Amino acid sequence: MRQLLLIDWVLITALGWLAIGLVGIVLPRNFALISRYLFPLGAALALVLALLALAAIGAAPQVRILPLGLPDLPFHLRLDALSAFFLLLLGATAAGISIYAAGYLRPGEGTAPGLHCLLYHGLLASMAMVMLADDGYAFMVAWETMALCAYFLVASEHRYAEIRRAAYLYLLISHVGAVGILLAFGVMAGSAGDYTFDAMREFSSNGYWPSVAFLLALFGFGTKAGILPLHVWLPEAHPVAPSPVSAMMSGIILKTAIYGMLRVAFDLLHVQLGWWGVLLLVIGLASALFGVIFAAVQTDMKRLLAYSSIENIGLVFVGIGLALVFKSFQLPNLAALALTAALYHCLNHAFFKSLLFLCTGSVLHATGERNLGKLGGLIHHMPWVAWLALIGALASAGLPPLNGFVSEWLLLQGFLFTAGLPHGYLNMLLPTVAGAVALIAALAGFAMVKFFGVVFLGQPREEKLAQAHDAGRLERLGLLWLAAGCVLLGLLPNVVIALLDPVTRQLLGGGLSYTAASHGWWLLAPISEDRASYSPAIFLVSIALFIPLVYWAVRRYYHGRLTRVAAWDCGFPLQTSRMQDTAEGFGQPIRRIFSPFFKRTREHPSPFDTQPRYRSIVEDPLWYWLYLPVARLVEHGTRLIAFLQQGRIAIYLLYSFVTLLTLLVLTRG
Amino acid sequence: MNFYALFAQLLELVVALVLAPILNGWINMCRAWLQNRSAPPLLQTYYTLSKLFHKDVLLAHNASTLFRAAPYIIFSCMALAAAIVPTLSTDLIFAPAADAIALVGLFALARVFIALAGMDVGTSFGSLGSRREMFIGFLAEPALLMVFFTASLISRSTSLSTIVETLAHREFVIYPSLAFAGVAFTMVSLAENARIPIDNPTTHLELTMIHEAMILEYSGRHLALIEWAASLKLFAYSCLGIALFFPFGIPEAADPLSLALAGATLILKLAVGGFVLALIETLSAKMRIFRAPEFLGTAFLLAVLAMLVHLLLETGQ
Repeated sequence: MRQLLLIDWVLITALGWLAIGLVGIVLPRNFALISRYLFPLGAALALVLALLALAAIGAAPQVRILPLGLPDLPFHLRLDALSAFFLLLLGATAAGISIYAAGYLRPGEGTAPGLHCLLYHGLLASMAMVMLADDGYAFMVAWETMALCAYFLVASEHRYAEIRRAAYLYLLISHVGAVGILLAFGVMAGSAGDYTFDAMREFSSNGYWPSVAFLLALFGFGTKAGILPLHVWLPEAHPVAPSPVSAMMSGIILKTAIYGMLRVAFDLLHVQLGWWGVLLLVIGLASALFGVIFAAVQTDMKRLLAYSSIENIGLVFVGIGLALVFKSFQLPNLAALALTAALYHCLNHAFFKSLLFLCTGSVLHATGERNLGKLGGLIHHMPWVAWLALIGALASAGLPPLNGFVSEWLLLQGFLFTAGLPHGYLNMLLPTVAGAVALIAALAGFAMVKFFGVVFLGQPREEKLAQAHDAGRLERLGLLWLAAGCVLLGLLPNVVIALLDPVTRQLLGGGLSYTAASHGWWLLAPISEDRASYSPAIFLVSIALFIPLVYWAVRRYYHGRLTRVAAWDCGFPLQTSRMQDTAEGFGQPIRRIFSPFFKRTREHPSPFDTQPRYRSIVEDPLWYWLYLPVARLVEHGTRLIAFLQQGRIAIYLLYSFVTLLTLLVLTRG
Repeated sequence: MNFYALFAQLLELVVALVLAPILNGWINMCRAWLQNRSAPPLLQTYYTLSKLFHKDVLLAHNASTLFRAAPYIIFSCMALAAAIVPTLSTDLIFAPAADAIALVGLFALARVFIALAGMDVGTSFGSLGSRREMFIGFLAEPALLMVFFTASLISRSTSLSTIVETLAHREFVIYPSLAFAGVAFTMVSLAENARIPIDNPTTHLELTMIHEAMILEYSGRHLALIEWAASLKLFAYSCLGIALFFPFGIPEAADPLSLALAGATLILKLAVGGFVLALIETLSAKMRIFRAPEFLGTAFLLAVLAMLVHLLLETGQ
């Protein structure tokens, strides 16, 4: 028997997930088995996968051919640095989400537990297969399985019409995107009809075909990633799914799109053109700005996080775009800096966004509310969730010393080098783009303060919130794992960069690891110490030292006397929890400054209303400008085509006859 | 890492902690003189701090641990920020730990915590102040970062020490870009430090408050720490302004003589800077809150202009 390679072990892990799912569907009503054994087992497998991927990142690429699928079309699989990195992301994040899901599942909620188990683990296995696939056919099969599993998971609570609608929208746009990916593979495979990725790498037409393939791939993967203007499904579908699934969709599924984009743009296509980079930059910036502005005005906590995902994916696209620009000017090390920032941000986003989504899940279970206007003050009743959510919120806001800051720092460093580009306009325009990135980061801080402050701080806005309970033990474990990831990824940037090094070397032929690590594990200096450096460890240690020191000094030289009194609020005695800032109120400055971004409808009561109502609805204008016209056009088109369907057999026979005649005429000559 | 670097670092921290309240007192003195009032003593901030430290803390019933921890966190952030900015020497231990971007991040961290603390008790004014603080924050941060970017493009580094060394010790070249960046930086500093025309540090009208509204619920030692942190922030911004635009006299070495000389220069510069700040505050009136985007938008555009001027005029040769 041949020795098992890493890739085989990865496959065995994926099969293990499938087996777990099958056990779940065989024993669908055995709730205790599913939640106590199957989901934790899935988490353990995820951990194993993460370790395997860790080992595989530095190793040489491994290939396997599976005799599955159609005759003469076996599945080609390949495990290289790029897939290993994304498998690591998948495993490390899924471990936390699965262990949380084990505690989160409740009997009688949504889909039957056995089916849920199958879909959940099928989703995990198909994502692993997406990252392993080495031919267009295997990729599309895995990709569609992933989309379908996700669709059924989103539609868990299918009894509500709006959830069915959101899930349908997701499925629709996902399939439109899949067509784009399929066409991109078709273009790259050329006329030879060989759909293995190896054959696509050989494809070397220099005309406009690479650009066509790139644009098709951008469209296809962009729909999955939720970039502008293909994002509308994301804020609908992510919030309505059960929270572990939301976490998985935002944390991991979006990253499969990034994986696909990187695979096509840097690995399969043999040229990288500068304008692709600029295009990605522009789209990424627009998505990021759009996402963060909408996040800041949301009144539903899960929608807020979904929009924030659009923002983060936008930032990742900015990083990829920057890498493409550098690459097209033959600057591999700078391209590696930008790509490192993008990949690092993928990993960070997977951790903090999953953490935040899971926290909203605990809040949802404890209170039954997603509406920010009915939450508040939960830090007193759910301290575990609140403090762990604070870590996630700070990381998401890009604050030091947590992980979100490191990738934003690297991205901004990348922009500083654009001034040296040998191109007349780019070297002036691109540095100023950094200002927009800074604005996005600062707005993310605004949105996160709103999220955390309105949900966890202040006074409870409803009476029933006093009965809220903290997360259970398994849920806490999952949250702790993800929060620890946020802290460690922030504290050990050089370790992460050393991990990313084989990936950037594979895609660009340059890496940061050598210069970054030359100053010791604690100091991050991507180019040189003179140029820029950041040491999160010193940062955290000094703040962590200062705080007890100040505390001790104050207590030592003064006193610790403290009296609990009613809140002061300038002496106003009749305070109620309704007088706090609401989510709408907190978003008001954003609505006002960025009003051209929104489509807003307001209903004001007249002064004489006996039952005054005030309503303000903020909507996405793209829905009206782009999607509804397209939908109307499609509907109109189908109505024209429906004219053919007369429903009489004579007409259909006539069609066949005409077709036959036409074919005969055509083939005759 | 040598002994002098450690010494300079500690000295810088102590100088910041000591001088920050005095700078505040000096600005108040200048402002009183300019407005024909009799001035409070130079050490008035110290007296206030001491009074507050001696008082009991009155804590609202539903204040959480976050509310009680925030003053310590904010104070530590500001102390670290003041230690990062090179004031007495560029040979500092913390210099490689954080560059200009990390400094912006540090200020943002403190801002987020103070805003969260403002929302914690759940009063109407507290959350109002938090919202406004974050609002000013996201407008000011990009402008501040663009100013730093201009300086780092000139010196090819985002490390504050390298920026200061480049600007202070190489051959004297006039950078027109720095003039624009300087104006932008002044505008951002006014906003970030809750000064007129964005906010009024001495206001007693709650509806117009930003910074003060957030900290209405604080008392006793917590309030003292927050006030001290606010003066440390002003000190750090003043020193940043000095380091970026008037770095002459900040030595590269950290021997006692140059440290003493640098200390004297620093006090002189701070005195002038404080007077200018008092003058600006006396000559301008507070804006409505929704004029702030225009004000800070102008600052951002000036900073972008500074960068373009640098790229157009100063890299051509």
